[in-house]
Amino acid sequence: MTANNDFTERYSRQTMLPGFGEEGQQKLLASSVLIIGAGGLGAPVATYLTGAGVGHIGIADPDTVSLSNLQRQTLYSEQDVGKPKTECAIKRLEAMSSVPSFTAHPQGITPQNAQEIIRRYDLVIDCTDNFPTRYLIDDSCAKCGKPWVHGAIGEFHGQVSVFNHRQHRRYTDLYPDRDTLCNLPRRTTGVIGAVPGVIGSILASEAIKIITGIGESLEGHLFTIDLLTMQTVILDF
Amino acid sequence: MDVEINGRHIQVAEGCTTLRQLLEQEGFTGVGQAVAVNNRVVPRTDWEDMPVTEGMKLTVIRAVCGG
Repeated sequence: MTANNDFTERYSRQTMLPGFGEEGQQKLLASSVLIIGAGGLGAPVATYLTGAGVGHIGIADPDTVSLSNLQRQTLYSEQDVGKPKTECAIKRLEAMSSVPSFTAHPQGITPQNAQEIIRRYDLVIDCTDNFPTRYLIDDSCAKCGKPWVHGAIGEFHGQVSVFNHRQHRRYTDLYPDRDTLCNLPRRTTGVIGAVPGVIGSILASEAIKIITGIGESLEGHLFTIDLLTMQTVILDF
Repeated sequence: MDVEINGRHIQVAEGCTTLRQLLEQEGFTGVGQAVAVNNRVVPRTDWEDMPVTEGMKLTVIRAVCGG
């Protein structure tokens, strides 16, 4: 066994955690996670789940890398501009770890393919940047019986929750104005890179908690943080 | 009557007795928003009936879509 494949040493800093142990590691290695959106949120999620040793990671995103992505989307470099995000992300993640296997979904998630793709995974992480895809994830995960971790950011703030896990809560229960939100005009807003960095890291942490069964997930709770004031709120629903 | 909305103290106007009326008084349309009273989200269908009470703490959260 090579140094790179020495699982005991590689994951020792997490297996030594109380309640995590070898059992937690085996659960991660046996799990499959679909990351929808390979942008500001998807970058830290994919990085930490690759590092943690999730066995199979799917990445869905139809976009190509643009120069304005590089300020926050840490999976990409200047040489990647113009190339498909899924291809570039997986190349970078494979260089980080040979443990997970990766699947690219460069067509992204559409009403035509969503259920067929989501059925192949244990857990979905919403890192998308638009409401129609978010409601599509909500519908598809409910139909496929899959839990999903929701993350979204505004200019200096972000939100995280968990849906359709043990309590079968839905995004549409929290935000019922589907048609209004889905028909809002797309507009480009500013963001500093650390904001999706913070929220994406929380998403990865929630995913690891759900897979390994440690701690209490945010299901039934909406976590919000304003990075300008550092005010955090947890609402129950 | 005094209530708190997103950390601000608000004087409730005369005749404003329900959560729906209070949100309208403060200019919240409710569209794309979740509203919590004392940190528990109130379903949209209950906004008309929920009475405004002294010291109630409202949190109004807007859905965001960035990623």
